Amino acid sequence: MTPITRRQLIATGLTATAGAAGLAAAAHFARRYGLIPPDHGGLYGPGETLTYAAQRLLASHAPAREFPRSMISKAPFANEVAPPSDAFKRHQATGFSDWRLIVDGMVANPASLSLSDLRSLPFRSQITEVACEEGWSYIAEWIGTPLSEVLSAVGVLPHARYIVYRSIQTDWWDSLDMADALHPYTYLTWGMNDGDLPVGFGGPLRMRVPRQLGYKSIKYITNLTATDNIKAFGKGLGSASPEGGYAWYAGI
Amino acid sequence: MFGHPSIPLSSCYAPFVAATASPPKLRTPRHAAIVRVTHWITVLCFFALLITGGEIVISHPRFYWGEVGNVMTRPLFTIPIPSSRDTVPTGYHYVMPDQNGWSRALHFEAAWVVMIAGLAYALYGLFTGHFRRNLLPEKGDRSWSSFRRVFAKSFHRAPPGEPGAEAYNVLQRTAYIAVIFVLFPLVIWTGLAMSPAFTAAAPWSVILLGGRQTARTLHFFISWLLLLFVIVHVTMIVLAGFKTRMRAMITGRVVEPPPARRKTDRR
Repeated sequence: MTPITRRQLIATGLTATAGAAGLAAAAHFARRYGLIPPDHGGLYGPGETLTYAAQRLLASHAPAREFPRSMISKAPFANEVAPPSDAFKRHQATGFSDWRLIVDGMVANPASLSLSDLRSLPFRSQITEVACEEGWSYIAEWIGTPLSEVLSAVGVLPHARYIVYRSIQTDWWDSLDMADALHPYTYLTWGMNDGDLPVGFGGPLRMRVPRQLGYKSIKYITNLTATDNIKAFGKGLGSASPEGGYAWYAGI
Repeated sequence: MFGHPSIPLSSCYAPFVAATASPPKLRTPRHAAIVRVTHWITVLCFFALLITGGEIVISHPRFYWGEVGNVMTRPLFTIPIPSSRDTVPTGYHYVMPDQNGWSRALHFEAAWVVMIAGLAYALYGLFTGHFRRNLLPEKGDRSWSSFRRVFAKSFHRAPPGEPGAEAYNVLQRTAYIAVIFVLFPLVIWTGLAMSPAFTAAAPWSVILLGGRQTARTLHFFISWLLLLFVIVHVTMIVLAGFKTRMRAMITGRVVEPPPARRKTDRR
């Protein structure tokens, strides 16, 4: 073993200092430009942060992949959902005429919107794929009101950073950063394949986030909350998913 | 006493050599530091990716071809194991525990680490001539007859220490080149082709492969090829001398036995 020379010692010290300074600068830059996901802590935080930061830097505005009408799946798979609650059954019995979407938080005009209120806003359709984290997928046409239309109708404040959305199934809540919330392909979906959105697929109202895995497209949406403090929700990890071990950002 | 140095032993025994007579020489590193570090990072990440990849497959042990596939469509093939989801018809009345959460997180984290290590290794290999010198088959060796020669030699169990043991032969070079420049890029590509955000930004990445489910199926098969490489690789290490090869990949040093003594070792 050769002894360490002074030159080596100085070189090692300088490299370590440069590395630490580089990391500190990267962390500062990442915080400033919103490249750190709410679930950045823990053993897997670095991986989640790298994925989220890389995709936000390189692909924030990319449109979702769309498919020709001929590729719409003949037999889409609804996946299983928890048995409907009594509240949901009551809504179902009345044809969802009393279903409300409550929009609050950092918005100029908090609102309680019925499904027909939503349908009166400009709506669009997309033929996109639902890809489940388990590996399966299907393509469908989704018809809905872009979330950005709802947010501009209620006047979302410029310093809002996340849109938290909740389901009538209270275990399910999630959030989107503004890049995805304002993305033209993020819909509050109420129609599928030229009909009403079936209950199995999230009817009457489903969040559709085609650039992320299926579990971000939560079914039976009842609440939207604009916030700049995601830590105040649940365990502060951005959604229910990280509390069960799944990533908040599911763009992979 | 049997074997006393003053009594000449019968000729079939190796001549006695005192342990201190000829100390083993330490050569220049067999493997450069960056090769060794990135090698062991890759080993760790490979097994993390393999185990977590297996866990993720368990949640849907069915494979498809084309863009879409789910339990309502015909699979290309299924793996006959129980699933961790009760929505998958497996024929078993047993649902495995769900390990997808941490498996996915570790899968992507290990993918990042091995990508960064691989990038460092690739840059080193390109700029120092490591690929050209050590891995590209040598000029006179790029023929089928060279392959045959290596095979023939292997079947005759040439002992270590023969000429050629210090450098990779054409078969080894081809295997390493194939893993580094074909299988690794393919497994990364097919992995990224399953990412909804990556494919949104780069649709060609999945269209060229023929669809999301094709990418998933290819990712699965390429993982098997990588595992096959690892099995053969470790088997060869064991056959060639586990201790010396491990020492070479950990410390970089190879203890070179004096050639004269080597020959007489073959009793």
